[in-house]
Amino acid sequence: MEETIIKTAQPVIDSRIPEGPVAEKWTNYKAHQKLVNPANKRKLTIIVVGTGLAGASAAATLGEMGFNVLNFCIQDSPRRAHSIAAQGGINAAKNYQNDGDSVYRLFYDTVKGGDYRAREANVYRLAEVANNIIDQCVAQGVPFAREYGGLLANRSFGGAQVSRTFYAKGQTGQQLLLGAYSSLNRQINAGKVKSYNRYEMHDIVMIDGRARGIIARNLVTGKLERFAAHAVVIATGGYGNTYFLSTNAMGCNCSAAMACYRQGAYFANPAYVQIHPTCIPVHGDKQSKLTLMSESLRNDGRIWVPKDIEEAKKLQAGEIKGSDIPEERRDYYLERRYPAFGNLVPRDVASRAAKERCDKGFGVNNTGQAVFLDFSEAINRLGIDVIRQRYGNLFDMYEEITDVNPGEKANTIDGVDYYNPMMIYPAIHYTMGGIWVDYELQTSVKGLFAIGECNFSDHGANRLGASALMQGLADGYFVLPYTIQNYLSDQITVPCPTTDSKEFDEAEARVQKNLEHIMAIQGKRSVDSIHKELGHIMWEYVGMGRTREGLLTALDKLKALREEFETNLFVPGTIEGLNIELDKAFRLRDFITMGELIAHDALNRNESCGGHFREEHQTEEGEAKRDDENYFYVACWKYGGSDEVEPTLIKEPLHYEAIKVQTRNYKS
Amino acid sequence: METNISFKLKVWRQAGPKEKGHFETYEMSDIPTDTSFLEMLDILNEQLVEKGEEPVAFDHDCREGICGMCSLYINGHPHGPATGATTCQLYMRRFHDGDTITVEPWRSAAFPIIRDLMVNRNAFDQIQQAGGYVSFNTGGAQDANALPISKVAADEAMDSASCIGCGACVAACKNGSAMLFVSAKVSQFALLPQGKVEAKRRVKAMLAKMDELGFGNCTNTGACAAECPKNIKLSNIARLNREFLCAKCSD
Repeated sequence: MEETIIKTAQPVIDSRIPEGPVAEKWTNYKAHQKLVNPANKRKLTIIVVGTGLAGASAAATLGEMGFNVLNFCIQDSPRRAHSIAAQGGINAAKNYQNDGDSVYRLFYDTVKGGDYRAREANVYRLAEVANNIIDQCVAQGVPFAREYGGLLANRSFGGAQVSRTFYAKGQTGQQLLLGAYSSLNRQINAGKVKSYNRYEMHDIVMIDGRARGIIARNLVTGKLERFAAHAVVIATGGYGNTYFLSTNAMGCNCSAAMACYRQGAYFANPAYVQIHPTCIPVHGDKQSKLTLMSESLRNDGRIWVPKDIEEAKKLQAGEIKGSDIPEERRDYYLERRYPAFGNLVPRDVASRAAKERCDKGFGVNNTGQAVFLDFSEAINRLGIDVIRQRYGNLFDMYEEITDVNPGEKANTIDGVDYYNPMMIYPAIHYTMGGIWVDYELQTSVKGLFAIGECNFSDHGANRLGASALMQGLADGYFVLPYTIQNYLSDQITVPCPTTDSKEFDEAEARVQKNLEHIMAIQGKRSVDSIHKELGHIMWEYVGMGRTREGLLTALDKLKALREEFETNLFVPGTIEGLNIELDKAFRLRDFITMGELIAHDALNRNESCGGHFREEHQTEEGEAKRDDENYFYVACWKYGGSDEVEPTLIKEPLHYEAIKVQTRNYKS
Repeated sequence: METNISFKLKVWRQAGPKEKGHFETYEMSDIPTDTSFLEMLDILNEQLVEKGEEPVAFDHDCREGICGMCSLYINGHPHGPATGATTCQLYMRRFHDGDTITVEPWRSAAFPIIRDLMVNRNAFDQIQQAGGYVSFNTGGAQDANALPISKVAADEAMDSASCIGCGACVAACKNGSAMLFVSAKVSQFALLPQGKVEAKRRVKAMLAKMDELGFGNCTNTGACAAECPKNIKLSNIARLNREFLCAKCSD
């Protein structure tokens, strides 16, 4: 009897949040944490998997501090990580514009933007170190946009009423990543970081209950290799590609996160998936990815559909063009519904509003699944030169893909010039959920840390624009390098484990068996065809509008899809050497498990919040309706021991001290 | 308007770095013109896998022209016929029904072929590791606005910093020179006060590494800048030469 109680009792989640008021927690933590002295740092090895903003900045900083770092990426160079594609900018509370910004306001906006589902203490720390990031990047030589006086320029992003976003043209992610990459290169040159390109982590090696190494596959030779360390840091990004079509790069995958999950790391809030409102709409069934048009376009672009459904039908039939419809017959639905924030409402709100219009039949494009993003008003006000200076590269990108130039005058009605509007539609973009971490960014597995998009901690149920870059760099430059020392301080006498151990043998054998299994299926379907089917299931039933019934259907379909994968997959070639189909198959298996996890979490969460919208839970006006009484917690999912077994839910209750939890309001 | 086109695809196939390569011809039919070039290769690969054959290996990742992973020499041009765009941003509307499209990997001694269209560009990383950074440790930076930088310099540095490290400049150059790539990084830092302190050391170290790794010399033909998908200007090379001369003179 007693034994049963122990078995079913919920593990207690300790988020290790420091004492004190929220504004003093990080300072207190740093004042009292344990450190590792320079001589001991030289004896300690840390594995960092991933070279995006979080991974590269962490690897570089840990190297600078004196640790030995092994750094892995699946691409041919650390500089290719998908952080590079972030366009818009990075937030910080510098208040350079004197518009009333402060650390508290950035903290508040981020918590509110996340629909009150983020951990307060983590978000405050994020807002606190954000200013250091800008200083750091400028010191590295990142060419941020500047005013004529030589000072840094800012722009606005969704969910904020201040201009706090720093940017480098439409290539902010690129410049920040190249900054981190340059610091990383300096450490590689100094011999403190060893860089492994075209390597993919396949499993975590556990010794005596601690993460002590990884099994990685050399993607060129196909060989499995063993790497040992005192701690392992995962910085492998999000799981957006579960949906097949997303704005993520082709290689983005969740396999490293799933390996952690299978080793006992809890996976938190998987249902919180961000659907970005401004992407180029889907065309055809051969499409491989969706292209984002930066949120910064919403500074000057106005989003609309026709007021008259008949005109929408004509647009869908290709009988008229957007520029044929004059101002008074346009429904600027975001400005109409959310007067205070207008076109700059947070992403989840903007995405749902677009879906609402399209579902009602007002959508444009031949599919009816698109809305207009229009620059006519801004071009008429500021001139095409100013607009091109701001968004020229985005206009070019749009034209290259769609053959339509948004900077081209298309019509004049009653003396008013109308330019070609862009067509946009929401697409999967970012995942707020991720591996559960405590305040120190340590997972529920000792010695295993998760940083950047692959952890869950800072964005709650919805991430604000320009906050992903902020979080990745905050974790990598300023948080993990401190907190990991608190863990490593009692590891200084532990020698780095040898890879000739039973644990490494077993882990490698496990991975080898898995790969051999995939190769042995020899069915009929390609990896991509099954992945596309997965994407359809996810988008249809676990996408922007979710219902209990739909989620149950999704779980059934996913089970059948796993069966299809296990029995009818075909991977050509051999297990030795480079095999791009095998790489993809390995990742697809994890995407299916991830899909189930998202659906389970979405089914459990009987409320709507941020990126998670359950159609049963909405207000009369169609806004998300939270249930703070029953769902004010982080949903942590514990692996059931096999992919076929349902995961168990463990709750981390949220405690808000500094912020009063209320209904999000972007209307007034 | 979307139409479908059919064409011949001549693709370089090579099983490994030391194997002998050859062109393989594939008939592609009814490809929508709003398909991207890489999506067209996806379609080819899907067809090959369906036949039980091995797909064509090529590098690609972000598919929005920024990661620098995609390459391909298409009809004699790195990243194909479009200017200022990478292969992943190239759409089939640039081609015509009945065309023969030739697809080769980057060809340069410093970029050995891994398989088919995939090459090893590790040499670029090594050049960056030799000096492409400001020696600054995390923490302790002064306030970002404490150092005003003229907008002109910042914008020009940004233009140079736009390099995506794809290697098209090397592939386009008859000498296989990496000067445009190196000069972009050297210029970014030369234009900014943060980079001035180490300017001399940087330019010498990066050029020495470039020579060591088997890249050719620059003879100012300008093919690199003409083919660069990010329009990195040839004037960067002039600045690199100036920086190098100044560094050498002060030795």
